[in-house]
Amino acid sequence: MKDPVIIFEKVSKSYPLYHNLMGIKRFLFSFTKSLRAFKNSRFEALRDISFEVYRGETFGIIGRNGAGKSTILGLIAGVLKPTQGKVLVRGRIASLLELGGGFHWELTGRENIMLNGILLGLTREEVRKKMDAIIEFSELGEFIDQPIRVYSSGMLARLGFSVVAHLDPEILLVDEILTVGDINFQRKCLEKMLNFKKNGTTIVFVSHSMEDIKRLCDRVMWIENHNIKMIGEPEEVVSNYIKFVNS
Amino acid sequence: MNSKLKHYIDLIIVLTHKEMKIRYKSSFLGYIWSVAHPLAFALVFYIAFKVIMRINMEDYTLFLIAGLFPWQWFSNSVNTSAGIFLANASIIKKLNFPRNIVPLAMVLQDMIHFVFTIPVIIIFLFVYNKTPSLSWLYGIPILLSIQLLIVYGTSLMVSSLNLFFRDLERLVAILVTLLFYFTPIIYSETMIPEKFRYLIYLNPVAPLIISWRSVFLSGTLNLFFLIISTLYALSVFFLGYGIYKKLSWRFAEVL
Repeated sequence: MKDPVIIFEKVSKSYPLYHNLMGIKRFLFSFTKSLRAFKNSRFEALRDISFEVYRGETFGIIGRNGAGKSTILGLIAGVLKPTQGKVLVRGRIASLLELGGGFHWELTGRENIMLNGILLGLTREEVRKKMDAIIEFSELGEFIDQPIRVYSSGMLARLGFSVVAHLDPEILLVDEILTVGDINFQRKCLEKMLNFKKNGTTIVFVSHSMEDIKRLCDRVMWIENHNIKMIGEPEEVVSNYIKFVNS
Repeated sequence: MNSKLKHYIDLIIVLTHKEMKIRYKSSFLGYIWSVAHPLAFALVFYIAFKVIMRINMEDYTLFLIAGLFPWQWFSNSVNTSAGIFLANASIIKKLNFPRNIVPLAMVLQDMIHFVFTIPVIIIFLFVYNKTPSLSWLYGIPILLSIQLLIVYGTSLMVSSLNLFFRDLERLVAILVTLLFYFTPIIYSETMIPEKFRYLIYLNPVAPLIISWRSVFLSGTLNLFFLIISTLYALSVFFLGYGIYKKLSWRFAEVL
């Protein structure tokens, strides 16, 4: 039984190019010109795309830089609104943030777990309950009470992933994560992702690593030039994509 | 309690707490530095106007401090608000949480800091042989609420618009400086020539600062000034919130 939890219906997304407003000075002194330049310039990120993601599946998105992958994640997360069409999402969402996102450099690892957990939708009580498990998972040891400005990038990644690993999302959005940290921790992340999968979490996974895509995903969507080029079995889509990119 | 509301409140608490931790990182020293700033201003104005220009006013230092401390809250928050969404770009682009909490936490932190500086005002009162008044018990909470609305409304407006007009930041810095001299902080409202005196009612923060000073120095509140500042507070808040509401769904597009 296929139960769609994310539905894109003829979705287009274009952005006005805000830098054409050229600052308040230009805006006030050459109002009409600035406004016209602004209205005539739009950047099209997605054109008329439709797809569904089903409950419990791991859905990969591949494509070249600037093809529109991150825009799709933004639309699912609800931080962007479609220009045309409809986006429907059913379920609690969590996003894996980029390295150090939602952290503050001057705070300790422990304080950052609280900050990050709250931003990801937990209450204070929930974070407190999960604190010990998160710290243990992160393997940061005594560093947990140090300000994170002394952390290496691998340690930052561990802290970030550890928080997300202890969320209980229905839909998890992952934008390229498994490339940081040492081999051991990467393996742990992968295990945790598989664990999420096993527990029925729907995962949307954007990556440039075809290995990870093939290993994790049930279906893959290839975005080319702001449009869907192909949706299907990982092996098939990935091999077509590689052929296309290399030709 | 509704779980969404609970999370909203937790967000405010944790973000405000974070701002405070960063500000008072080196505990007491952080506090000293934040008090040192308005005190240094007071010293400069004292030398310029009392020592050099011989302004005819009793207890001029106390007079300055009573106006400078609340002003400091306003100007700090408004100036910081310009860049605050830019500084939080990474979370705004990825997470769907109410964005207004980011400036709200900053404003609340500045408010708490202002409350922490009230003991300094009390020390100066004693130095000048005065004492705090019982009317502070209701006067301070009332004025705190009014100022919170004004500062939060202005910060929402500035922080939202600055994403679309990135040079607004500079304009705001100039306007805040101008506003400082148009507000009776280093002079009293009675020193303004009679025919211009009505102009202070055009300044949204003037009636508020005048009220602060009169509560601190004499323990009195002028009802007329109070009503005008309340009206300004409500209009500034609704204007700021309206602008924020209109623009907030585009934040992730601009960042």
